[in-house]
Amino acid sequence: MIDLQLTALLLVPLLGGLLLAAFGSRSWAAELNSLMSFCTFAASVALTIRVVEAGPQVAFNEQFFIDQFNVFLVALTAFVAFTTSLFSRPYMRIEQHHGKLTTSMLHLYYSMYQLFTFTMLVALTANNMGIIWVAMEAATLTTVLLVSLYRTPASLEAAWKYFILCGVGIALALFGTILLYFAAERVLGHGGTALLWTHLNQVKGDLEPTVLKLAFIFLLVGYGTKIGLVPLHSWLPDAHAEGPTPVSAVLSGLLLNVALCAVMRSKVLVDGSLGTHFAGNLMMGFGLLSVVVAALFLSRQKDIKRMFAYSSIEHMGLITFAFGMGGPVATFAALLHMTVHSLTKSAIFFAVGHAVQKAGTQQMENIRGMLQISPTVGWGMMLGTLAILGMPPFGVFASEFLIITTAMHDYPWATPILLAALGIAFAAIFGKVQPIVFGETTAKPLPHSPALIPVFAHLLLVLILGLYMPPYLANWYRQAAVLLG
Amino acid sequence: MSIPFTTQFINLLASVLLLIAFAMLSQRRILSLINLFAMQGLVLALSTFVVAYSTAQHHLYYSAALTLLLKVLVLPWLLHRLIRKLNVRWDVETLINIPTTMLVGIVLVIFAFNLAAPISQLSESITRGLIGIALASVLLSLLMMITRRKAISQVVGFLAMENGLFFAATSATHGMPLVVELGIALDVLVATFIFGIFFFQLRETFDSLDITHMEKLKDDNS
Repeated sequence: MIDLQLTALLLVPLLGGLLLAAFGSRSWAAELNSLMSFCTFAASVALTIRVVEAGPQVAFNEQFFIDQFNVFLVALTAFVAFTTSLFSRPYMRIEQHHGKLTTSMLHLYYSMYQLFTFTMLVALTANNMGIIWVAMEAATLTTVLLVSLYRTPASLEAAWKYFILCGVGIALALFGTILLYFAAERVLGHGGTALLWTHLNQVKGDLEPTVLKLAFIFLLVGYGTKIGLVPLHSWLPDAHAEGPTPVSAVLSGLLLNVALCAVMRSKVLVDGSLGTHFAGNLMMGFGLLSVVVAALFLSRQKDIKRMFAYSSIEHMGLITFAFGMGGPVATFAALLHMTVHSLTKSAIFFAVGHAVQKAGTQQMENIRGMLQISPTVGWGMMLGTLAILGMPPFGVFASEFLIITTAMHDYPWATPILLAALGIAFAAIFGKVQPIVFGETTAKPLPHSPALIPVFAHLLLVLILGLYMPPYLANWYRQAAVLLG
Repeated sequence: MSIPFTTQFINLLASVLLLIAFAMLSQRRILSLINLFAMQGLVLALSTFVVAYSTAQHHLYYSAALTLLLKVLVLPWLLHRLIRKLNVRWDVETLINIPTTMLVGIVLVIFAFNLAAPISQLSESITRGLIGIALASVLLSLLMMITRRKAISQVVGFLAMENGLFFAATSATHGMPLVVELGIALDVLVATFIFGIFFFQLRETFDSLDITHMEKLKDDNS
């Protein structure tokens, strides 16, 4: 049974949210935040060990379901949430020192941070498609006030856009869920089991294909808004640029993955019902469009966080494309890419956050010579950028290589498009980051020492994944790829 | 073929729901807009109740009660309180091109019915064809959100969209599991609170609730 581990995993962040709602303005709130995140991570490790040993399991009256696919995302989410909480401690102190944040804003930040972790973990582990929807909506609600944390006109605008667009998107996903229930009800009967993914998965061949087709379109468009798929992406760069950097890191590294997980759950059902490549084709189309559009927009960016937000759209597009291709190799590559993108992108946001604090601006033309004032921030940014651009020997290279070789084999027409987009992205990002790292500095020292251990810890993991994939991890990905088909 | 009374009644309520969606689309006054929203909630609660009665699904009575409480009493009360506090109670919105908006609305309804037609044919329940109406009212609310320039009317549009979805869930499919419905209701309630907080923040920063002030974030000048 996994009840114990799952209870711990879900209760710790919920409890953390309540505790920090009560004590969030104390001086030790940041430490409490990190401690709760660490306990969540420990619980996720325990859960992972249990699931790897004993295989997929349901828990709590079948309302929760853990298999190799989501347990790996649970572990990743809990890990990045923990390292981000480590990063946010000095980062938020510096922001407070600069007078950008007050104690009451930090209070809100800490409690919402824990609740956000909670909603993501519920969305990942829930077996009930309705609960997944509720948790995804709750994830928007917990982050919307974090995006507007600085209360500047720009941040309010970004948060409003985020709220309305994701609200509308997620409403469409609810319609998709209702249609799914409508189809399931005819097979499984009324009542509680008709929305449970495990039950749906068993009868997916009997579900009405016309309804499922329509349901998947709504689910993909709805959750796709959260993934940031073009043309539903317009909230994403604004929210990432205007929110505090730890929030950008978790939005980019984690929330997008969680939404993609919900889409994949739906895809498995639709594939089983239709027996065609309909869902995969849709995902490939959206994915390819996102990669291309994001790559073209990259070179026009002047704000550093905005640029990396577009890079997230590009990578999520790539992952969606790979999942859309399907098959063991592409799915394996997509899962690997999800992991390395989360780790690398959050590491980049950590380094960028401190660079922005040193330079006092997010405009790239005014951030110069990071290497001179702080070699660690400079190297963190440079290595992170090289990693995200798919340079060997980092893990992103391995996953992108797998995705492109599979595309070459199965969908040769897509390969030149992908390669061109990746090339454009490389030129745009590298050309802009290079003078930021090298060159003459204009930056000021910081009142607190920055937290750079998370940056290098993430990059080290990405490097290891690129050089050597531990056999149990490879096996784990392979099993997950089999589950997803 | 005689159609049972309850089915006719639900179909009547569905058409009233659609009519209210159109009325909201053309309503300029914020206060009337909120009242229309409350009316829509009432129709929704009534139709849920009738479905519960005719199919003898007991958990739908809870849904009907929940809808009555949330959509007819709590949310409109919160909105009324908000517009009083924000002093926008008598605000009138300038809507350009109401006839065009209505025509687009009609096109959307036809589109929704077409999209839902294959599904309606599958439905053997008493409420066949209601998915089309539900989808139409969702799309009309979406249209309303796009055409409005005031933050409050956008939020009312958002909540009305939730109403359409709820109608699809209760009437067309005999209700989702109660735990899901409770979760959705909680999300909607929390969302309304957060919108309320937002209104005050917007007002503090921009001195108005017009979202035209919020079109500054573009790729070129950022």
